[in-house]
Amino acid sequence: MAEIRVMREDLRPPATPPRRHFISIKDVTRDDVERLLATARTLERSMEREVKKLPTLKGRLVINVFYESSTRTSSSFELAAKRLSADTMSIKSSGSSVDKGESLKDTAITLGAYDPDVIVIRHPQIGAPNLVARVTEAHVVNAGDGKHQHPTQALLDLYTMREELGRLEGLHVAIVGDVLHSRVARSLIQALALMGAQVTLVGPPALLPRGVEAMGCEATTDIAVIGGADVVYVLRMQRERMQEGANYVPSLREYAARWGVTPERLRPGQKVMHPGPMNRGVEIDPRVADHADALIETQVRAGLVTRMAVLYDLLTSGPIEVKTESVLEVA
Amino acid sequence: MLFVKDAPKENIFVRGARVIDPGEGLDAVLDVRIDDGVIAALGQTLDTNSHRVLDADGLVLAPAFVDPHVHLRTPGREDEETIASGTAAAAAGGYCAILAMPNTEPVVDSAATLGSLIEAARAEAEIPVGFLAAITKGQSGAELTEMGELAAAGAIGFSDDGVPVAAPGLMRRALQYGAVTGRRIALHCEERTLSGDGQMHEGEVSAELGFTGYPSVAESLMVERDLALAAYERQPLHLLHLSAWESVQAVRRARAEGVQATAEVTPHHLCLTDEAIRSLDPNLKMNPPLRSASDRTALIEGLKDGTIVAIATDHAPHARHEKEVPFEAAPFGVTGLETAFGALYTHLVEPGLIPLEVVLDRMSAGPARAYGLDAPRIVVGSAANLVLLDLNASYRITEETFRSRSVNSWLLGETVKGKVRATIAAGRLAYST
Repeated sequence: MAEIRVMREDLRPPATPPRRHFISIKDVTRDDVERLLATARTLERSMEREVKKLPTLKGRLVINVFYESSTRTSSSFELAAKRLSADTMSIKSSGSSVDKGESLKDTAITLGAYDPDVIVIRHPQIGAPNLVARVTEAHVVNAGDGKHQHPTQALLDLYTMREELGRLEGLHVAIVGDVLHSRVARSLIQALALMGAQVTLVGPPALLPRGVEAMGCEATTDIAVIGGADVVYVLRMQRERMQEGANYVPSLREYAARWGVTPERLRPGQKVMHPGPMNRGVEIDPRVADHADALIETQVRAGLVTRMAVLYDLLTSGPIEVKTESVLEVA
Repeated sequence: MLFVKDAPKENIFVRGARVIDPGEGLDAVLDVRIDDGVIAALGQTLDTNSHRVLDADGLVLAPAFVDPHVHLRTPGREDEETIASGTAAAAAGGYCAILAMPNTEPVVDSAATLGSLIEAARAEAEIPVGFLAAITKGQSGAELTEMGELAAAGAIGFSDDGVPVAAPGLMRRALQYGAVTGRRIALHCEERTLSGDGQMHEGEVSAELGFTGYPSVAESLMVERDLALAAYERQPLHLLHLSAWESVQAVRRARAEGVQATAEVTPHHLCLTDEAIRSLDPNLKMNPPLRSASDRTALIEGLKDGTIVAIATDHAPHARHEKEVPFEAAPFGVTGLETAFGALYTHLVEPGLIPLEVVLDRMSAGPARAYGLDAPRIVVGSAANLVLLDLNASYRITEETFRSRSVNSWLLGETVKGKVRATIAAGRLAYST
């Protein structure tokens, strides 16, 4: 039998920090974003080595649960965890007990029984990550919940903009398209506002949510305003929104004619971004998508390192020592 | 038209309460003696006549509450509520009468279904309960129910609550034929092509959270239509659970023009706004949805100036597992019978937004009159329908608080002030603590 000794207060290990999640941009501060972007940059440099794997999260378990189809986000989360040497497990809704009608709560409790360090979840309904956070002990990362939030997408977009344009403060970003149904837009508007950028939303009236200006942006139906932006961020025009009876716009053809991002509507040197997957010829002209000013592939690469940064940040006990970017002081 | 289980009337003596009956202009510290279920004496230092004594020093005695809008989930979802559990919850909330909506499984659209409910109420209802029957068969909005037979069988009114009567032509026929029965028609105003699959009020909060919006105009457009039909047919109607300021304006205007329209509002629409939904708590999901601060202000004003005559809980029990899901997957509706007074006292009376007398009137006489029932009164000779309230008691609302079979309350975990100490319904002590 081990002897029980009372430990001196000053010799006790520091208390475990409160469990943190990454569910909404609303939950983070500007300092948090700066720290995450700096971590991502450090990690990107490490990716230039021949052996890309880091031992940082060895022995940790990251479970990816995807209730919606996804290529970019699910692959980059999986690779991010693997590059940090964490064990990973991926669950998709089809072929799992979800098919048998299991509730999200029960699925989460089941996965929670494996004591994962992180659960990454994508779900078609708003608030699903919050529910998982309530019923498990894991750190929860939101990989997209309905039309609500996609915070790691916003982070990778900020990272891309800062790397390409050198600043976020004062940057003018035009977000074009179906804002109403877009979690990408919601997270990005908040993230850009947090970092001091200026946001203008452009799209058909029925796809600009009523009251959206309260998020700290402007909204207009006039596509001509994109010419004044530093970055034109094109949202995916979801075909399912064009179903009979929806009538958000009369047709995709009409949408493309009025709001499609074409070379004629851009100034030379304007950067163009898109969260993917693209509908070429609808929201984005192929000539724009393939032009050197399009940062779409850069975004995908940024997705890997920013997601690595998020996992790293959640699983290390506190803010890591980060040297602030010099551009910040300028801004 | 109200049904309750058979039980002996009681002899009760309420000692030293502050007796408030807004309808009688009464506000005084008095003893109240109830003989055989009837108020027999009001006065100072009365003889108890060996009655059971309720010591009410420091408490308020008021006419008991009437809830014109309750879902008892019976028949069909007895796991969520029964007549016994729902009326017990109502008694604990200070109610002496409640009216149950007919959107059950099956819908109350035949005398046979109504008859079985009345029979059950006579066996198990802790306080008197009335049943509304559907306006249209199966609430499908296509064909009128046999309103005459349903009224004769004991229906207290007609409603397709939960769904609107979409076609204006059919709505007109319902008003015309409903008049023959002498019963009130109660309307759920919602233009479905505007509300769609809306989850919450359309505005700044829905824009930010990403929920599909349910705009105010989806309600007010239908309110305007129904008021226009009522004006044209010169028939009365009752409007359920108003939520939008445009609706309040429309009712105020129509009443000024002589339309016999009554309207109700829920405690949650009076106490909360759509800002609360930032918590993503499915117990804040209801139809109509919580609206903006200006809507809430209009509802409070409407209640004060009498445009809105009744406070209705829209008590809507749901099984626990149905609400333990993401907001969008959850059904609409929250419970309210046991928390209505505490919520209203805490959020409206204490902060000085609405006088206590107005709340007491709109929870009792207002809803009773809207359905043509005798209002509970504190006068000698009237049946004892009384609620004893402790305005100083603070308590935390927990799942254990509830007599309802369901716990989907927006007040879970909240500490409120204003507690029901006893309820006397139809001359019987239905609840005391």
